Amino acid sequence: MATLSTEIPDTSDGTWGRTKVLTALLVTALALILAKAVGVLPEWLNRIPEAAIPPTAQILDAIFDFIQNDLGLIYVTRFIAEGPLEFLLDTSANLLEGKRRWPYLGPIPWSAIAAVAAVVGYAVGGWRLAALGAGTFIWTAAIGQWKIAMQTMSVIVVAAPLAFLLGLVLGIAAWKYGWFERMLKPILSVLQTLPFFTYLLPAVIFFKVGPTAGAVATITFAIPPMILMTTLGLKKVSPEVIEAGQMSGCTRWQMLRHVYVPAARTEVLVGVNQVIMLCLAMVVLTAFIGMPGLGAKLLAMMGSFKLGRSFEIGVTIVLLAVTLDRMSKAWVVKQPVHFERGTPWWKRHQISLVALVLFVGFTLLAQVFPILAEVGRKQHLSQGKEIDVVIKSFLAIDVIKGTTEWLRWFLNVKVLIPFRDTLLAIPTPAFILLVVSFAYWVGGRKPGIYAAIFFTIVAFSGWWDRSVITLYTVISAVALATLIGIPLGVVAARSNRWSKSILLACDTAQTFPSFIYLIPAIMLFGVNDVAVVFSILIFAAVPLIRYTIIGLSSVPPEMTEAADMSGSTRRQKLMSVQFPLALPTMAVGFNQAIMFAFFMVIIAAFIGTQDLGQELQRTLAGTELGKNFVLGLNVSLMALTFDMAISSWAEQRKKRLGLD
Amino acid sequence: MSATAPVISAKNVWKLFGPSPESYLKSLPAGRSFDEIRADGYIAGVKDVSIEVGRGEMLVIMGLSGSGKSTLVRCFSRLHDITGGTIEVDGQDIMSLSERELIELRRNKMGMVFQSFGLLPHRTVLDNVAFPLEMRGQDRHDRRERALEVIKLVGLEGREEYFPRELSGGQQQRVGIARSLAIEPDIWFLDEPFSALDPLIRREMQDEFLRLQEMLGKTIVFITHDFDEALRLADRIAIMRNGAVEQCDTPDQIVMNPATEYVAKFTEDIDKARVVHAKGLAKPVNGHALEGAPINGGSTIHELARILVNDDRILLPVANDKGVVTGVLDRDTALNVLLGAE
Repeated sequence: MATLSTEIPDTSDGTWGRTKVLTALLVTALALILAKAVGVLPEWLNRIPEAAIPPTAQILDAIFDFIQNDLGLIYVTRFIAEGPLEFLLDTSANLLEGKRRWPYLGPIPWSAIAAVAAVVGYAVGGWRLAALGAGTFIWTAAIGQWKIAMQTMSVIVVAAPLAFLLGLVLGIAAWKYGWFERMLKPILSVLQTLPFFTYLLPAVIFFKVGPTAGAVATITFAIPPMILMTTLGLKKVSPEVIEAGQMSGCTRWQMLRHVYVPAARTEVLVGVNQVIMLCLAMVVLTAFIGMPGLGAKLLAMMGSFKLGRSFEIGVTIVLLAVTLDRMSKAWVVKQPVHFERGTPWWKRHQISLVALVLFVGFTLLAQVFPILAEVGRKQHLSQGKEIDVVIKSFLAIDVIKGTTEWLRWFLNVKVLIPFRDTLLAIPTPAFILLVVSFAYWVGGRKPGIYAAIFFTIVAFSGWWDRSVITLYTVISAVALATLIGIPLGVVAARSNRWSKSILLACDTAQTFPSFIYLIPAIMLFGVNDVAVVFSILIFAAVPLIRYTIIGLSSVPPEMTEAADMSGSTRRQKLMSVQFPLALPTMAVGFNQAIMFAFFMVIIAAFIGTQDLGQELQRTLAGTELGKNFVLGLNVSLMALTFDMAISSWAEQRKKRLGLD
Repeated sequence: MSATAPVISAKNVWKLFGPSPESYLKSLPAGRSFDEIRADGYIAGVKDVSIEVGRGEMLVIMGLSGSGKSTLVRCFSRLHDITGGTIEVDGQDIMSLSERELIELRRNKMGMVFQSFGLLPHRTVLDNVAFPLEMRGQDRHDRRERALEVIKLVGLEGREEYFPRELSGGQQQRVGIARSLAIEPDIWFLDEPFSALDPLIRREMQDEFLRLQEMLGKTIVFITHDFDEALRLADRIAIMRNGAVEQCDTPDQIVMNPATEYVAKFTEDIDKARVVHAKGLAKPVNGHALEGAPINGGSTIHELARILVNDDRILLPVANDKGVVTGVLDRDTALNVLLGAE
């Protein structure tokens, strides 16, 4: 815990009672550790004995079994899976990748899709987005990944609209009915911290293996932010607009349809953006349950250490992510512009017409020139093997090899393993006490109590050691990310130009599906603990850098000017003016880094870890729904503990500083 | 309905904000002050207000922010449900209306203009103005025609296809005004319509508003925090403070005879000669000897300055706009007002 606590200096003027509680907690923890060190600690205080652990997984299994078979839920879900959902997925699969299903029209030539993407890009964001849209699809086709990319896209085009609709409806319900929102809120925060493996298995069991399960998991994963954004947007509608609607004699339905939802447009569209990005992130991950597509291919290529091909697929995924993100974001800020009166019909719908003409044109052309319909096996421009050679020989250069090997040795032997062994050596009750005192110290009483409850549940789940290993990986990665990210953010925040371009880079990096971060880690360090920590590190560093820059640059100029006029040096200004004011914002970034790390550590199971993620991945092969849930919940509870402590600190701090 | 019956009649209206306002109001002892009520955990948005608005009258409700003026007007339109008392619109108790009847009332009788305009950002000027017509189900052609008519009335011709954010503040408020007039309401509520505009535009909009009112002759409840604006527009002014009405009277009376110290503070710096009209200062004829040409009762003392200074009569006859003498003006009194000597 020590590594974590140094990052957030306690600036609160703790009362005497608080200090007393804190001391009591820490002294007890220390006593337990010392007792173990001198060998007088009874074993039942070191680890909870097997006999005391309730058979949670079995109980859950029985419950699931009851719901699934006795209540007949499985028939409902299977009906949805085999009925409407499969129909939609088959249709999109036929259109995009040419699966032999109704309507037997596909596949749509890649050139036609690229052309439409260009027009859409132009419509929402001008020439640059047009180039991005066209470029992405041309690259995908030219590199020979069209088919797998379209397998991925065919799930997204079904999952994203469904997630949007469900999220919108649930969001409206949550806004309308207070009790529904109160019920939904805790569920949403658990859902947002639940590892994605826990989404996957129930989906498979209830919705049949294959695209349907993938789509269901994807939809479930993407709904929470849509709900939150919808509720937020509706709550923010200006009271005068609402009153104007009422005074215009709107009925309740008219209010919702014509006043609330359109006035919340911006938030709703931000929700759409998030839905699309989460869908992409999740669809790639459904590779773990055998969904074909970009994710599966990437998994296979990385598994056989084909770095060149992995890299190319990575580029495709990144391009798709950036395109989808930029276009949907451009749509958010795009405001309607009026036409002069008397503008002819064709001019008002110019863009749609151009898209239609290009689509039809390229489809027809593709009949004549097959290369425009499909880039064949022999025609594509993939340089997988060559890139492979380049990467491998680059990594084999003495300096590079020496550095990575030394780093690997140093981190493994000097940092990671000793740290892990220390954490594992701490008796369970002492560990819980340490976490509780951290939460109490940082966030106050409520987070402290929750930390105690949550970690006790984890202790009684029967997976304590693996949970500690998960936590160790998260803490090490976040600590390293902090050491790198915060100085980087501080330096970048000094100049406007730098902070702008680094912010842009961070925003872009955040749109990448997490899977991507495994590629450089495996390239540099191979398959081991260091690669795991490294992949989490870069993933978690992004929000840290981002919020450091945002925090520092949002310090009001009159305060930095006041510091300048008081004759402070740059260092003094940073330490006594900018940092204190930026800390609440930076804490948000730190919190996000921890959440990201908890997410990534599970994915890193692919590299081979000994933590909860590994066990979770194993459950995917079978039907152990109960165990899967227990494991997933452990991750969620640990993540929530930190989330509550740090967010409550940031909020208190903000309030005290009078920010926000 | 007779011409003299009030359009809006509020009797002992209370609007309390807090945990359970109804039962609190029932147990409330008479004469409890605003601050005492606040100490009990309630905010008296409107505190025992009785007021009437006559047909074709312009009542201006004036008060500083938090005085309850916006709350009161929202009680008139039942955007707020009142806690106690009654409000009748055209003789009908609006608290007894069902949701459906309330919607009908708003669709046919009421129009409202908002301080920050309250325009729907995703609709063009035309669609914003036609919005209330669309809500009551008027057909597309009809509502377009009517909307174009009101847009022309407020001087926004040629901007029909613009979106609100493409317009200046003054233009946006013209859209708000046009929208509120689209259904041809009998009662027109304006909640600080010009406060968000800069002073020059505000003046221009006030002139525009007076022109419209001359043409349309609606019953108006106008809210403002600007005393000058109130004096300029009002038939009667109600000055509010802490949820209660301090004084409700004509501008002349408020300036000449402030009822409370609070009202007096507002009138202190006002150039009374520009507010007070000859007829407001005049006394009944009561057998006084009348000589010479009468002066116009509708003119302010300031406008009559030259006559007042040059004339040597002690008493000046005052006539209404039809030329009938209605009273006499004591020249000395008038000169005192003109010179600012009480």
